[in-house]
Amino acid sequence: MGAITLKVNGKQVTVDAAPRTLLVELLREPLQLTGTHVGCDTSQCGSCTVLVDGRSIKACTMLAVEAAGTEVTTIEGLAQGGRLHPMQEAFQSCHGLQCGFCTPGMILSAVDCLKQNPTADERDVREWLEGNICRCTGYHNIVKAVLSCRDRMAQSKEG
Amino acid sequence: MRDFNFHRPASVAEAVGLLRKHSGGKFLAGGQSLLPVLKLDMADPSDLISLSGIAELRGIRVEGNTLIIGAGMRHAEVAQSPEVQRTIPGLARLADHIGDAQVRNRGTLGGSLAHADPAADYPAAIVALNGTVQTDRRTIAADDFFTGLFETALRPDEVITAVRFPVPTRCAYAKFGSHASKYALVGVMVAKTADGVRVAVTGAGPYAFRAAALETALGQSFSVAAIEALGENLGVRADDLNNTAEASGAYRKHLIAVLAKRAVAACL
Ligand SMILES: Cc1cc2nc3c(=O)[nH]c(=O)nc-3n(C[C@H](O)[C@H](O)[C@H](O)COP(=O)(O)OP(=O)(O)OC[C@H]3O[C@@H](n4cnc5c(N)ncnc54)[C@H](O)[C@@H]3O)c2cc1C
Ligand code: FES
Ligand code: FES
Repeated sequence: MGAITLKVNGKQVTVDAAPRTLLVELLREPLQLTGTHVGCDTSQCGSCTVLVDGRSIKACTMLAVEAAGTEVTTIEGLAQGGRLHPMQEAFQSCHGLQCGFCTPGMILSAVDCLKQNPTADERDVREWLEGNICRCTGYHNIVKAVLSCRDRMAQSKEG
Repeated sequence: MRDFNFHRPASVAEAVGLLRKHSGGKFLAGGQSLLPVLKLDMADPSDLISLSGIAELRGIRVEGNTLIIGAGMRHAEVAQSPEVQRTIPGLARLADHIGDAQVRNRGTLGGSLAHADPAADYPAAIVALNGTVQTDRRTIAADDFFTGLFETALRPDEVITAVRFPVPTRCAYAKFGSHASKYALVGVMVAKTADGVRVAVTGAGPYAFRAAALETALGQSFSVAAIEALGENLGVRADDLNNTAEASGAYRKHLIAVLAKRAVAACL
């Protein structure tokens, strides 16, 4: 066991964990941030996606010790001051989710997508979301949500 | 996954020293191949020596007619690098289609080459571009680097520090990815260089190999028609190619011709 210090959703935390602990285990168990899901544990489904220093990664495929000194954002950290993040609002208004299992990972991945490419078109969004599997929606409304968030963010920049 | 001791050295020399001291250990880069292997208990290292804190492994620069990429550069960084896009755009595109966005945000060039997955994309690039692998102690030519299925010329305690890619006149990569993982069922990189045409195929054999018949044909006439004229005579036998539930050897052979044509068309 060793102490790992990192920032999670803006707060500095220090947790004792064995080297083999995965980042997703650290988040879900000692830190109780169970919004980060484990769908496959084999690096395929993306439901464990979180942001590490702003970039989307699969938390089931990163050691917690490798996140020492970084800033991690989980779905619990997206809303600010009681207001949902525009991407969360877009998923809600476009019906971008059904059972919700894939949603936290999908939303964090989508946030990274628009950060990397604020003018992403439908094809860019579909390609970007290849690492996130959804068993319910057929992806259509997810893509719609990301594009609607893109438009809203572009408007608020102009306005 | 079994437990191990974890180290995060700050220099290549320190990393090599740690591996010599803990001979049951392994280097860890982006973890996108190694962690899945450990989860399956297919390896049981006593120690993991992380390369993520080593500044020497970072960076991308152009020296004369050579593009040099640090082994620790992540796939997304290679894809987005202005130097790579300017000198070898075909390589930037290849990196941009490895796995998915999350994999590209973690996985590294050095890790991909050291792991030597038969279906990985970078091996096609280093072989077609006639690159060299720079390690902490020597340089290894691409043609000598891959030695078998998941096997390379690297010593267990040897660290890839950078890869040198001679800038070609033109190059393009075309792949047919597995729908589940995006790994190449077959991928073909065609490079037109001052010294002739090189064609490398990944996904079809135990490791990336050069397709001599295609190179000769394209050397005489760099065109889609030159590949069509070869018909079945690609210099590879379907029986020698990977044969899995996802794709038979015969299908992979068919894909080699199709993808080589696409790559040539993209170069023209
Ligand atoms: C879902 C998924 C999809 C993928 N799809 C693709 C794909 O389409 N195409 C593709 O090419 N790859 C794909 N990959 C693999 C990915 O590209 C990996 O990032 C890459 O194979 C390994 O790089 P890494 O940095 O993650 O290395 P690690 O997993 O950390 O290490 C892999 C091996 O390399 C050794 N190693 C690492 N760095 C060095 C070094 N500098 N010197 C010496 N040894 C070193 C390690 O000891 C280990 O044995 C995929 C992976 C996943 C999880
Ligand atoms: S749980 Fe991490 S990718 Fe599926
Ligand atoms: S909403 Fe159910 S898996 Fe995506």
